[in-house]
Parts: sequence; structure tokens; C-alpha cells
Amino acid sequence: MKVVKSLQLAVVAIASVCLSQSASAQDNTLLGAGSTFVYPLFSKIFADYDAAKHVKVNYQSIGSGGGILQLTNKTVDFGGSDAPLNDEQDKKIGVPVLHIPMASGAVVVSYNVPGVATGLKLSGKDLADIYLGKITKWNSPLIADANPGVKLPDLGIVVVHRSDGSGTSYIFTDFLTKVNEDWAKKVGKAGAVNWPAGLGGKGNAGVEGLVKQTPGAIGYVELAYAIQNHMPYASVQNKSGKYITPTLETTTLSSNVTLPADSKVSLTNTDNAKGYPITSFTWALIYKEQNYGGRSAERAKQLLELLWYNIHDGQKECAPLNYAPLSKSAVKVAEKILKSATYNGKSIL
Amino acid sequence: MDARIGIRNTKSILFKSFIIFLAFVVTLPLIIVLLYIIKQGVMQVNWHFLTHVPAPEGEKGGGIANALVGSLLIVGMSSLVAIPVGILAGIYLSENPGTKLSYYSGLCVDILQGVPSIVMGIVVYFWIVKPFGFSAISGSIALAIMMLPIVIRSTEQTLLLLPPSLKEAALSLGVPYHRVILKVIVPCGFAGILSGIILSIARIIGETAPLLFTALGSNYLTTNVRGAMESLPHLIFTYATSPYDDQHDLAWGASFILLMFVLILNIVTKLITRKWKIQL
Amino acid sequence: MDKNKRLDLSYSQMKWETIFKRLLIVMSAIILLLVVGVFFTLIVESWPSIKSLGVKFLWGKVWDPVNNIYGAYPFLIGTLLTSFTALIISIPFSYAIAIYLGEYNPKGWLSDLLKNTIELIAAVPSIIYGFWALFVLVPEVRKLETAIHVTPYGVGVFTASLVLAVMIIPYAAALGTSLIRMVPSPLKEGAYALGATRFEVIRSVILPYTRSGLFAGILLSLGRALGETMAVTVLIGNTSAIANTFKDIFFGPGNTMASVIANEFAEADHALYLSALIELGLVLFFVTVIINLIGKRIITKYTNN
Repeated sequence: MKVVKSLQLAVVAIASVCLSQSASAQDNTLLGAGSTFVYPLFSKIFADYDAAKHVKVNYQSIGSGGGILQLTNKTVDFGGSDAPLNDEQDKKIGVPVLHIPMASGAVVVSYNVPGVATGLKLSGKDLADIYLGKITKWNSPLIADANPGVKLPDLGIVVVHRSDGSGTSYIFTDFLTKVNEDWAKKVGKAGAVNWPAGLGGKGNAGVEGLVKQTPGAIGYVELAYAIQNHMPYASVQNKSGKYITPTLETTTLSSNVTLPADSKVSLTNTDNAKGYPITSFTWALIYKEQNYGGRSAERAKQLLELLWYNIHDGQKECAPLNYAPLSKSAVKVAEKILKSATYNGKSIL
Repeated sequence: MDARIGIRNTKSILFKSFIIFLAFVVTLPLIIVLLYIIKQGVMQVNWHFLTHVPAPEGEKGGGIANALVGSLLIVGMSSLVAIPVGILAGIYLSENPGTKLSYYSGLCVDILQGVPSIVMGIVVYFWIVKPFGFSAISGSIALAIMMLPIVIRSTEQTLLLLPPSLKEAALSLGVPYHRVILKVIVPCGFAGILSGIILSIARIIGETAPLLFTALGSNYLTTNVRGAMESLPHLIFTYATSPYDDQHDLAWGASFILLMFVLILNIVTKLITRKWKIQL
Repeated sequence: MDKNKRLDLSYSQMKWETIFKRLLIVMSAIILLLVVGVFFTLIVESWPSIKSLGVKFLWGKVWDPVNNIYGAYPFLIGTLLTSFTALIISIPFSYAIAIYLGEYNPKGWLSDLLKNTIELIAAVPSIIYGFWALFVLVPEVRKLETAIHVTPYGVGVFTASLVLAVMIIPYAAALGTSLIRMVPSPLKEGAYALGATRFEVIRSVILPYTRSGLFAGILLSLGRALGETMAVTVLIGNTSAIANTFKDIFFGPGNTMASVIANEFAEADHALYLSALIELGLVLFFVTVIINLIGKRIITKYTNN
């Protein structure tokens, strides 16, 4: 009898715990998910934030597409994305979503070619042709033309792309679409495309992991991933015809643009003669109206304060990790966007 | 004539050697995997490793305390749900073999046993994560459903093996039915039921797929079961595919710990079944 | 007074007895509801895709979330190819174990040791196999691929099949062992009395007698292989395009139904995309359930006879 009673109690207790639970749990851990592009930066900033303010932020790098979906499903406090919401996503969410720029970064073309330790040069067109599966050997004349004096091996090119919905893919395909008509026609730009060739890796980390392990591989990742893993990356030809090595400076030059009020802007294929052409902002996405799914005003405030921290104090972590910090004017725009967030129609900050 | 017998005997011996060869070759991959994991993992494991959370991306050091605590909590909650439900359902199946309900429930146990774990993950996402958010609870429920068939079947099989005279004797003394079951039948079959439970825990502790969309993951040590939580298999998955050598090291260490859990649980099951001579 | 108390007691016990019986019924009904719920959820959530794509979803060759084109063919091919390759590799081994443990050496420490070791193969979590293979097996496969002149991806359908093969051996082996042990000894003794050798007894008596049971074991292994997710996701290369030649498909990267769900479910950001993924889950659910039920049915029939 005791057993039966305690079993019943246990069942009731478990059921009530489950049912009393409200959206994303009311405790002091904020939950974010999305972009793997920004993950190294977020991981550092949030560790600082926990130490300084004792607010824990759990950020899971599941890919920008995932960040947007989980925000739509209201399972996270904020999403991270390297691509602004498109029309369909906007329609599905149905309510205004704020895009807050966090930093900008470069997508670099990382490679693993035995004998070519550094300094590979690639034009955007050739890069697209490699990803289209048209150029299949490292010693192809098209690649050799751009690299006089470099001894390229007779080795098959192993194309590595993202297997998940990704902002990094969006930035990369956005660039390829701008520089190669064939690519624009056959594949287009999006977070997840129908890749004509190659292997898929999950997340920036997964792609870099595959490139690192596979001789002959080429892949695109956020700059920090390539640098931290001591992987070589190519200089890419920009609009002015120069081969630019992705660095903090060249990324900053590309992202030095006037932001529109909603901050949605594409930085790829920059006009700046010294700018690296595959660059993009990365955004945190939150609902404009923060009172949804039973969230407390306090939690909304915590979230806003976190993002405020990100665009101010957090910016000092950008440079060491090779993200370009927001320019002063960009911070102003971001502040304005954050201030437009409301709880029950009243502004929070 | 003699020659033909010779050929037939040789054939028989050759076949036997071939079978023995194949049968024992299979153990090689397992031994290789075990040794490799132990070699890579054992160096990682120390007090710091067990009591710290992973360092931020690209930094050295850190441990897997978050995943360790998370796995134990998630599996503990799964057991809390699955064990009572499983045992009671198993009792029903063994006590009422002829009814329609037991036929269909039995069928459903077989079905549940075959459901791929990833499918369980999606279903629980819609049941719990979508309305309530990512949580350790949702992960536990997905795992509990995976535990159920093993607990139910082992309870049922064990109870069916008990002699019916046991129950009849107790009932004839005027002991009410529920006490007969709980005080006589279940204690007699305790070892079998227990080994089924342990086996089911060993099975789910390494499950990754149902946790991908439910417990999600976390870099923090947390005991808040209503929030996202890390687990050993999920940590191994994320870090195994990452390019950072430090994270690979964490993953090797985590694999070692997970493997030890699984090995110990399996050995305990073996000891129980041997001591009480149960066939599972 | 005393009588009343005893009466009360028996009333309360009767009450408990009813509650207990109901509880048992409720618990087994829960199992039933769970399965119905799983099935129902999958149908409801994949309905948009079932409605708009119909059955041609299954042999649509292109999976292109950008243009909202969803075809499951690449994943069907990937799933069937990995599972059946793994099965073909595993059958000789699982049969050998079944024959050895069932006939040659059914008792003793060596037999126990082998049996426990084989069971351990099934106990090691699949993610650990995947992790190990990624670092140890993949470079070896790459060497092999360079030697036979195919693109040395290392990861891909072939690698995933190898690991799957090891993982599914225990299921068919365990069932086969117990079935071979159940072959009535008069049958075997009769054959020996006629002068048959051990090999001949196995070939002409034991294997024919256990044929359907061994087949059921293979079905159980197949069911495992089809639904296996993590090891495959780590090793298969995750690409949804299918290559032109069989050699490229076999050694190149691919995707299975389970791996594509693991990769894309959390980020499927439009309705049709998500429900197409769930439809994959539904197909997977159906196929594994049917295979398992047929396997179980054969076993029950076999053990009852």
C-alpha cells in the first residue's frame, strides 16, 4: 500500500512539475541559441558577464536557422543569426523582431593542401566554380593562374560545406551569388542550399574539423575558427581586383558602412578597395514586445541588459578574437533598436 | 571409401575452425575501441576534470562536471518515471495474458522497442519542448519512453517464470490480491526486475539522439531541471565534431567516463542474473 | 465492535484491491496511448508535407530547402545502402557466433566470455563508436580510398556501414544462439547416427531447422541499422545530393533519414521543411515498426512450435 501511495505521489509530483513549468523556465539563466559564427565571441563575453553580473547565459551554437526557428517557437530568450530574417520567416513569426548587431566577422576559406602552408589566392568566381563542382583538382590552371610560383599538387578538391541551416552559409552564398552568375542561377543564397558538391559538417566547428582532417579539403568558416585551429586560409579577390587576406583590419574596413535604422545590411563584396569581401554583421534576434509566453518583466530586463552589455563592454572581446567591433555610429543604431523593445507596450531600458 | 570420410572430416574441421575464427574476430573491433577510449580518456580524468565546467571556446582546461551532473539527473528522472510505470504495466501483462488490453499493450511494447531514438526526440519536442521550452525534463521523458519496453518485458518475463503455486498459496490464505503481488510475487522476482532496470539504464545513459532537441545542452553546471541541461553523450557529440584539440580531449575523457558507467552497469546486471540464475 | 473493525478492514482492503487493479490497467493503457500518441503526433505534424507533396515525396530526387523542394530519395538510398551493406557484412559474423555458441561450445567459461563480450558490443553507446571511428577508422578508409582511386573523403556511406556492421552483430547473434540451442537433440542425434559429420549436421539439420528464426534475427539487426542515428551522423558526411556513379555514392558522403533529421530538425525554419523532415521520421517509424513486428512474430511462432 505504501508503495502504491508513494508511486501515486511520485506520478502526481512529476506531472505537476511538468505542468507548472512556464516558457523557458523562470530562473536566472538566460537561454540563447543559433549562429555558430558568433559562438567563440559569445562564449567569451558570456563568461565575462557571469563573472561580473552573476547572470548565466546558456548559448547553444545550433546554427542560425536553428536560432530563428527556436525564437519563432519561443523556446529561447534570444536567437543568434548572421542572416536577417527573410520575408517568409518574418511572416511566420508574425510579430516584430528586433535585429541587434553584435559585431562583424569574416568568413574565410580554409584549406588543407599539403605543400601549400599559407598564401593561397582565390578569386570569387573560381571559388564558386569549386563549390559548383566545376573545378575538381588543386592544380587546375584556373587556380594556378591566381597563384604564380605556388606549387599546387595534383590532388582532388574535397569541398566541405555546412550540413545545417547556417548564417555562415548565407554570408558565403550571398558573396558567391554576387560574383558568379552560374552560382546565382543554379544555387542562390540562403542559410541552407542544395549544395552541388561536397561533404557536410555540422556547425562552423564541424566544417573546420572536416577540413583539418581531410587532405585536399576546402571549407568556409568564421575567421576565429581558422586562427584558433592554426589552419591556413586563402586571400580572396575583392571587387577592386585585389587579393585581400582576412584580418581584423580588412574586416573592419568592409564593415565601416552607414547602418540603416533596422540594421539589416549586407556587407559582402564590399566597395572598399582594401576590404575583405566575405564579411557580415551578426545579429541577436529578440521579440520587440517582451511580454509573451508568461515571461516576467524582470527576465525581459535581464535580457535587454545583457544585450546592452554586449554592444558596449562586450565589444572589447571582439578584437582579440578577430571580430570587428561595432563602429561608434553602429553602436548608436544598436542602442536605438534596443531602446525600442517594450514590455506591455512600455519601453524597458 | 576411406578417402571420402577423410575429406568429409577435413571439411568438418575446416568449417569449425572457420566458424571459430569468425566468431572471435568480432571481439577485435570492440577490444580496439575499448582500449583506444581508455588510452585517450584515462589521462584526462582527474579531480579538476570531474569538478569543473568546460572552458570558453578555444581556451585550455575545464572539465565535464556539467555533463556528468546533467546525465545523472536526466537518467535519474527518467528512472523515476519509467520504473513504476514499467513494473506495473509488466505486472498487468503477466497477470492478464488473455485480455485484449494486454494483447495490444504487448504489441505496443514491441513497437516502442523498435522506435528509432531520433523519432522519440522529435515527438517529445512537440509534446513538451514546444509548449514549455527546452528542459532536462523533456529529455528525461524521451529517455523514459525508451526505458519502458525493457523494464516491462523483464518484469513480465520474470513474473511468468515464478511458479503459479506461489500466488495460489498466498491467495488461499486470504491475502488480498494487491498485497500478494506487491509482497509476494514482486519480491520473489525482484532480481529479474532489478536487472531489467539496470540494463535499461545502461541502454539510455548513452543515448544522444533523443536529447538533441530536448535537453539541448549547457555550458553551466545546473540542477534546474526546467532549463536546458548538458549530458555526457551530447557533450561527446558536440566536442567530437569540433576542431579544437582541447575539446577533443574533453570528449575523450567524457567517453571514458560514459563507457565506465555502461560497463559497470552491465557487469552488475550480469552478477545479479548469475546469482539468481535468471534468463533475460 | 471487533466485528465491525474487521469488516472495515476488509472493506478498505477491497477498496485498495480495486484501486490496484485499476492502476495496473491504467499503466498498461499508458503504453498503448504512448504509441498511439507517437503515431498521431507524427501524422499531424507531417500532414502539411503529406498533403502538398503526396507519395512522390518518397522518390523525389532533390532535397532543396531554399526552393522548397523536398524529395526523400537521397535519404532512402543512403539509409538502404548503409543498412544493407552493414547487414551483409555482419551476417557471416553473427551466424558464426550463433553456430559457435549454440552448437560447438554452448557451455563453459570461454563460451560465457564470448557471449558477454558480444553483448557488450551492443552496450557501447553509438556516439562513442562514431567518435572513435572519426579519429581512427576514417584516416584508414581514406588510405584505402586513395589506393582504389576514389575521392578520399574518408567519411561517407562506406565508413558508416562498417561501423554499423559491428554495432548490429549482437542482435542477430544473440537470437541465433538461443534458437540453435533449442534444436531438439533427437534430430541431431539421428543425423549423427546415420554417420553425418558435425559440419553436415549443421548444414543439413540445424540451419534448415532454424532458418526462419535466423531470418528474424537478421530483421532485428536491420531494424537497428535503419534507425541508428548518432554514429551514422558523425560518419556519413551529411550531404543531400546524390552522386552519379555507384562507386561515388558508395564511397562518397551521403545522408540517411535519421541523420538528416538529426542535422536539420532544430533549424528547419519554414513549415513545409519541418513537416517534410517529420514525414521522414514517420517513414522511418513505419519501416522499423513493421520490420520489428515481423521479426517478433516469427520468433513467437518459432518458439511456440
